[in-house]
Amino acid sequence: MKAIFHYVNDIIKGLSTLVSGMAVTGHYFFRPKLITTQQYPENRSTLKMKERFRGEVIMPHDTNNHHRCTGCGICEMNCPNGSIEIITKMIETPEGKKKKVIDKHIYHLGMCTLCNLCIKACPTGAIVMGQNFEHAVWDRSKLTKVLNQPGSEIMTEVKE
Amino acid sequence: MAFDIYDFTSLTSSIHEGLATFLPPVGVLIAEWLLVGISVLLFVAVFGLILVYLERKVCALFQQRLGPMRVGKWGLLQTIADFIKLLMKELITPNKADKFLYNLAPFIVIIVTFMAIAAIPFAKGLQAIDFDIGVLYVSSVSSLGVIGVLLAGWSSNNKYSLIGAMRSGAQIISYELSVGMSLITMIILAGSMQISEIIQAQSTGWFIFTGHIPAVIAFIVFLIAGTAETNRGPFDLAEAESELTAGFHTEYSGIKFAFFFLAEYVNLFIVSAMATVLFLGGWMPFHVGSLDGFNAVMDFIPPIFWFFGKVMFVIFLIMWFKWTFPRLRIDQILTLEWKYLLPVNLLNILLMTLIVLMGWHF
Ligand code: SF4
Ligand code: SF4
Repeated sequence: MKAIFHYVNDIIKGLSTLVSGMAVTGHYFFRPKLITTQQYPENRSTLKMKERFRGEVIMPHDTNNHHRCTGCGICEMNCPNGSIEIITKMIETPEGKKKKVIDKHIYHLGMCTLCNLCIKACPTGAIVMGQNFEHAVWDRSKLTKVLNQPGSEIMTEVKE
Repeated sequence: MAFDIYDFTSLTSSIHEGLATFLPPVGVLIAEWLLVGISVLLFVAVFGLILVYLERKVCALFQQRLGPMRVGKWGLLQTIADFIKLLMKELITPNKADKFLYNLAPFIVIIVTFMAIAAIPFAKGLQAIDFDIGVLYVSSVSSLGVIGVLLAGWSSNNKYSLIGAMRSGAQIISYELSVGMSLITMIILAGSMQISEIIQAQSTGWFIFTGHIPAVIAFIVFLIAGTAETNRGPFDLAEAESELTAGFHTEYSGIKFAFFFLAEYVNLFIVSAMATVLFLGGWMPFHVGSLDGFNAVMDFIPPIFWFFGKVMFVIFLIMWFKWTFPRLRIDQILTLEWKYLLPVNLLNILLMTLIVLMGWHF
C-alpha cells in the first residue's frame, strides 16, 4: 500500500515540477518585453551598455588635461598578464624638489583580459573601465595605447 | 469547378469528373495519384519550412532572445535562405561507408512521413486515403521511420552515428508501446479505427471533453510518448548535440541532411495531427451542447482552419516541452516508459473500458 502511495506521489510530484518549469518559460514567452538580445548594428546610435560592462581600461582626464595617476606602478604589478607598462620620469617642481611622475602609462589592449584587477589595485583611482567595445583595427600596433594624454599632468589634490 | 471551403468533397469529385471526361479510368487513377503526390510533396516542403522558422522563433522567445531577424522582415525568409544553402552544399559520403544503405536511409525516413500524411484528414473530404484501420495504419507506418534511422547510423561508419541510432532504436521501440496504448484508449471510446468516423463521433464534443479523466490521461501520455517518438527534446538523446555531435545524421550533408531535418518536423506535424484527430476533434468546430448561436459562429470558421489551429496548438505544446526540459539520460527514458507510462496506460485502458461500458462518458 505504501509503495503504491509513493508511486502515485512520485507521478504527481513529477508532473507538478514539470508544470512549474513550463510556467517559467511560458512567462517569458508571453512577455516579449523581457527579451534581452539587441539588434546591434541597427541600434548603434541608441545603444547603452550596462554600467558594469568592461570595455577597455581608460584614464579619465579633466578639462585642464589633469589625471590622477602618480606613476606608482601598482597596476603594472597587479596585472596578471603584463598588459600594463609604467614609464616614469624625474621632474623638478617649482619649489626646486625632484619628483617622480608618470611619463607613459602604456596599455596593451590586445593582451588585456579585462579582469579589473588593475583598477581595484590603483590607490588613487586613476584608471577605470571604459564602455567602448568596438576595438577592431587593421593593425595590431594600434592596440597598444598610451593612457595618459600628451602634456597631461597629475591633479594637485592627489596625495602621494 | 465547385469550391466549398466547408466541404472539399465537391471539389475533389469535380476534379475526378473533369479528369474522367478526357482520360480512360486507368489514366484518371494515375493522374489522381500524381496530383495527390505533388500536393503532399508541396505541403511537406512548405509546412516543413514554416515549422523550422516557427521553432526558431518560439525557442528564441522562450529563451528571451529575438531569434532570426536579418533575412526579410522578422527573419521570415531565413528558412528559405537556409534551404537554398543546403541545396548547394556538397554531398559527402564517408570513406568505408556502406554506400547503398547510406544513400537509402534518408529516403526511407522521408518516404515514411509521406505515407503517414496520406491518412491525415486536413478537412472534410481532404484526406488522401480513408482506411477503415486508419489509426493503426498511421501508427505502424510512422514507426517504420526507425529503420531509416538505424540504417543511417549503421552505414555511416561513425561511432557517434551508431550510438545515436541505437539509442533512437531503443527509445522509439519502447515508446511505440505507449503511443499504441493511448491510441487504444481512444479507440475504445470512439468505437472505430477509421479516422473519418472518429472525427464524426466528435461532432457533439471533442473526446478530451467527452471522455474526461481517462481521455485527459491518455492525452498527456500521448504527448509525452509522441515527443519521444519524434526524437525531439527532452528525448533527443539520439542526436544529443553536446555528446554525439548530431547522432545518426552526423555524416550527412546537403539535401540528404535536409531530408532528415524535414522528416523530423513532418513527424512533429503527424504526431500533432494524430493528437488533434483523436483528442481534439480533428477538423470539427468547437461546440457547446445546446448553445445554438455560439455553435453557429463556430461552424462559420472553416474546418481547415480548425484543423490547423489545433495542430499548431499541439505543436506549440511540444515545442514548449522541448525548450523547457533538460534532456533525459537513456536509463531515465526507459524508466519513464516501463515503470510509469506503461502501468498508467494499462490502468487507463481499464478505466476507459469501464466508463464506456457503464456509459459514464458524455
Ligand atoms: S584589466 Fe586585468 S589584464 Fe587588463 S590591464 Fe588591468 S589587470 Fe591587466
Ligand atoms: S594607474 Fe594607478 S596604480 Fe597605475 S601607476 Fe597610475 S596611480 Fe599607480
